[in-house]
Order: sequence, then structure tokens, then C-alpha cells
Amino acid sequence: MSTALLELDGVSRRFSRRISLGDRIAAKLGAKVERREVRAVEDVSLSVLRGETLGLVGESGCGKSTLGRIAAGILPPTTGTARLDGMPVMSETGRHQKLTTRVQTVFQDPFASLNPRRRIGDAIAEGPLAHGLVDRAGANAYVAEQLSRVGLDPSYASRFPHQFSGGQRQRVAIARALAMKPDLLICDEPVASLDVSIQAQVLNLFLDLRRALNLTAIFISHDLGVVRHLSDRVAIMYLGRIVEIGPAAEIYASPKHPYTQALLASVPRLNRSHAGRSIFRPIAGELPSPLAPPPGCHFHPRCARADARCKVEAPVLRPMGDSRRAACHYAEAG
Amino acid sequence: MMAALEVRGLKTHFFTRNGVVKAVDGVDLRIEPGRVLGLVGESGSGKSVTGLSILGLIDPPGRIVEGSVKLDGQELVGLDRDAARRVRGRKIAMIFQDPMMTLNPVLRVDTQMSMALRAHESLSKDSIRERSLAALGRVGLPAPEQCLTAYPHQLSGGMRQRVAISIALLHSPSVIVCDEPTTALDVSIQGQILQEMQRLGAELGVALVWITHDLAVVSSLAHDIAVMYAGRIVEHGPTEDVLAHPRHHYTRGLLDSVPGEGTPGEKLAQIPGSIPALIDLPPGCAFKARCGRADGACETMPEIADLGQGRGARCVHPLEAA
Repeated sequence: MSTALLELDGVSRRFSRRISLGDRIAAKLGAKVERREVRAVEDVSLSVLRGETLGLVGESGCGKSTLGRIAAGILPPTTGTARLDGMPVMSETGRHQKLTTRVQTVFQDPFASLNPRRRIGDAIAEGPLAHGLVDRAGANAYVAEQLSRVGLDPSYASRFPHQFSGGQRQRVAIARALAMKPDLLICDEPVASLDVSIQAQVLNLFLDLRRALNLTAIFISHDLGVVRHLSDRVAIMYLGRIVEIGPAAEIYASPKHPYTQALLASVPRLNRSHAGRSIFRPIAGELPSPLAPPPGCHFHPRCARADARCKVEAPVLRPMGDSRRAACHYAEAG
Repeated sequence: MMAALEVRGLKTHFFTRNGVVKAVDGVDLRIEPGRVLGLVGESGSGKSVTGLSILGLIDPPGRIVEGSVKLDGQELVGLDRDAARRVRGRKIAMIFQDPMMTLNPVLRVDTQMSMALRAHESLSKDSIRERSLAALGRVGLPAPEQCLTAYPHQLSGGMRQRVAISIALLHSPSVIVCDEPTTALDVSIQGQILQEMQRLGAELGVALVWITHDLAVVSSLAHDIAVMYAGRIVEHGPTEDVLAHPRHHYTRGLLDSVPGEGTPGEKLAQIPGSIPALIDLPPGCAFKARCGRADGACETMPEIADLGQGRGARCVHPLEAA
């Protein structure tokens, strides 16, 4: 019986603009100052089981990266808690320090996430040395082991990031994350900036490592094909909320939420057996601004099935069968 | 039928301090009115430089060293500045990945559209407004009037790209070169733009050269497909045939490495190695170092072999036809 490794309980995250001095004076003088707030993540509860990969999908601005950062202990949630094996990922008071090294992150841009002036061996060894996973004498051997595990030559340890291609840098970033011996790996669009042939190499590496190390992972991506390939379960986000979650195979075969349905229908697919000109069925309308999400169900202005109820009442994530949940008033209707 | 655009033996080289970069090294393309040609390749394959060369937008140290680009029968290579300007924007247009490469951030949309119109025609204020509104309406912008008086920063990414497309359409060009116009957009907006372009291409008889790295996009949009690798076309043919039965090993490797097609969790077929640098390419087939089938015969650069039914592949050992 697998148990939950990561549990997010009612997690929300808001970002508000810093109030300028001018606004503060205006407020003092009795003017009405608008406080604009982005609700990047709104009341998300989910758990990730030991050994599984959860795919987190959504368009830009849906809060998938913010949710990943909360799970990784990079950002504290405004409300709610993130727990790893029952222990909070971040301290809840004071300076919100990360309390565990068992969650590590691989970021999208391997150019921005590696210090250009540090040899990659030093970058990989820094965390393990600081946390006593390895001593100075063993550091070089440890780095060599990490590098060969991700398919890089151990002699590369003395090189600088600019000497590597994008795909190799992403391998370095993965090696650095794995050097901390994490139980949970958060991958935030790790292949989005790579070419197709290089992307396949990195995805294969990820599949190998997951099997070899029995990793649990959250894989964040806007690419539905990548997520389908890697994930056991998928969560679809729209404007800060999870609209549907469940086993990947079931969601891709029969999506319940109108947004999931529309998203799957609108993405061009490489259908090799009967390729040829197909009709695109895009989702109507624009993605609303997260600063002013529509009331009720966030998706209602773009939804063909929406009625008066959807405009006022936000649907909760309800169980649909054993393992699935969807947040739509009319999810049963098909 | 006369081709809307015919490119023959196009070579664009960049003369840098470190050597000559042969970004485009002998490209042939042909596209008929109302058709969509998908020009597919990974970064560094020369697909964007091909697009820019067609419009004559190559700046030093780059130069078209050889070849011909014929637009409706008119030769574009070697045109002087003024003659090129009279063609560009009127008979051929380009849409870029980032609409802010096309749009001026400090000018309103209507100003930019009237500049584009008046560059080629003398028109009254009223007819400029009328033509602009018509162009904006055609690309599915919900409120063309408001859009006309907006600055680019007031528009969303999808709307900006629509404005860029409508500017490209102003003079009803015969050919539009589209360089990854949906790559930066969200999937739901990408779907809308693809739908609009598919409709416009058919309605207006515009020939589209669609440059992309995304095989899924071309698979449903393009009539024909040309795959580029290291500055050359390695395979071309009707989209359905190329995708179902690729004849070049690179095309097959590329198709097999797209996730979402095979069994989830299984390892993807991957092409080993990485794209070669275009400075000092070794002689012979550029793909040979990454190809499982390569042997001594690959040491000389193969020509594109005509495989019948509009198909061709640049390979000494082409894959079997199905």
C-alpha cells in the first residue's frame, strides 16, 4: 500500500503589489486605493503518493509553477500547509525557512539556474557539503558519481556552464538536485527550452532515474504529450484552481471537466497514422487576467455548458468515481 | 500551376571572425497558391535564416551567396533596395515568433497600419480606416474599433500576434512566411491562431511557409513538409506520407522522439548526440555521426533523391517505402 509522501492541505498563495508611498499618503488622505492582488494558487489540496509522478498541467498564469514552488519549500503558502511525510516543508512562522532537504527542484532554464562563474563540480558539491551528506575528502568522488549517473563524463566537473549545451546543462541541473538525495523531485518545465531530439534524451534520463532511485516527482509542464508520457496521475489547473485530477490514462481518455476537454481537443497532435489537414477546435475567448478572475467558476466565460449557476457559485473539486475528482457543476453530464 | 514561391539552390552564408557559417547551404522549395508548406527543423538547422533570406532580410556578416528566389515568377535575389521594398510587405510578408518584433511599442495600432498601407498605396483617411478595420476583423479580433486605438502593450500576446497577422494581410500578399508564430502563445490561443491561418490561407489563396520545430502543428496544418538539418533540406513530400512513412533517418528519429505517441512510461526513441556546429561541417552527410545506418558511402554528401509521388530524401540508404 503506497502512502502519501507529499500532502498539500488547503494551500493558497496570493501576491500583492507593494503599496507605494504615494498610495499610502492618498489612503491617509481618505482616497480609495485599490489593492490589487493575484491569487496565484487558490485553496489547493492534493497528495502525491510515494513513487508516483504527478503531472501538473495548465496554461501560463494558472499557478502551476507557484504550486510547485510551495511544494518545494521555495515559497511559503499564504494559507494552508505543505507536508512531507507529515512534517512541514517550511516553518510556518518567522522567516519561513525551508526545513527539509528531501525536496529538490529542477528549473526550466538551465542557463539561469547555474551560476556562470562556478565550476559545475563545485555547484553540485555545495549542497551535499553544507548538509553533511559528504565530507570534503569524498566530495570529488561524490560529484563524479552524480555526473556519471546523468550520463555526463566525470571529468566535466571542472568545466563552467558555458561549455555545455542546453541538454547537458539540464543534466547538470538534474545531477545537482539528485546530489541532495531527495525523496521528492519537483521538475518545473525541465524540457521546455530543449529541442525535440534533446528533449527525448532528457526525458529518457528522467525515466531511468525514476526507476533506479524510486523517485517521487511532480512534473510541471504545459506540454500535454510530455505529461502523458511521464505521469501516473495528472492535475489540470486553471487560474489558480485545480479543475480536474486523476489517473493520467483515464483523464486523457475521458476528461470530465469542460476545460480539460477543450484543452485536449485544442492541442495539435502528431497523429502519424492519419495525419493530414485537420480542423482545429480551439477554446474560444482569451485567458482572463489572474488579477481579475471571473466570479463563480473561473472557466464560465469560455465554457459552452455554463449557465447562471456557474457565474455565481464556484464549483468544488468533487469525487468522480474512485480515483478522480473534477470541479464542475455538470461534470456528470459527460 | 505556377508556383507562388520557388526557391532554388539558395545559399546564405555568414562570414564571421571564426569562419564561414553555412546556415543555409543549397535549399530548394516550391509552394503553390493557397497551400501551406511546413518547414521543420531543430534550432540551428537554418529554417529561420531560410525564411529571412526569402524576404531579403539578411544583414552582414550574412549574405545570400548563391541561388534564386522567385515570387510569382519575379526574381528577388539581387534586387536593389528600393525594388525590394516595393515587393516586401506588398507581395510577400513575414510574421515572427514575437509580435513585438513587428509592432512598434510607442505607436498606436492604427498608426502602424496606416504606415504599412501608405508604404505601397496612396489612400484617403477613410479608406485607410476601412481597410484596417477589415483586416483586423478578418483575423478574429473581437472588437476591431477598440483595437485600432490601442497601443501594443494594452493587448494580450494572442491579440498582438493577430494584429501582426492582419498587418501582413493588408496588401493581400501572395506569400506569407510565418516564423514560429504560435510558439510563444498558450495552447488555447495557439489553436485559435492556427484555425484562423488555415481559414485565411484557403479563403485568400495565400501561400504560407510555416517555419516551426513543432511536428504536431505541421501535421495538422501543412499540405507539404520539408525537413531541414544543418542548412539543407533532408526530406520533403506531402505531410501525410512523410509522417506515416519517413524515408530519411533523421525524420524518423525526430518523429519517434515526440512524447505522447507511444506507450506512456516506455523509453522514447532518441537520436544520440547533438546538432553539429555549422562552422566547418565535416564532408559528407551532416547527420552521419548520429545515424545508426551510416557507413563509408555517407562520406560524400548525397543529393536529394527523387522517390516519386512528390517525395525526396537526401540519403544514400533511404528507409524502405511502406
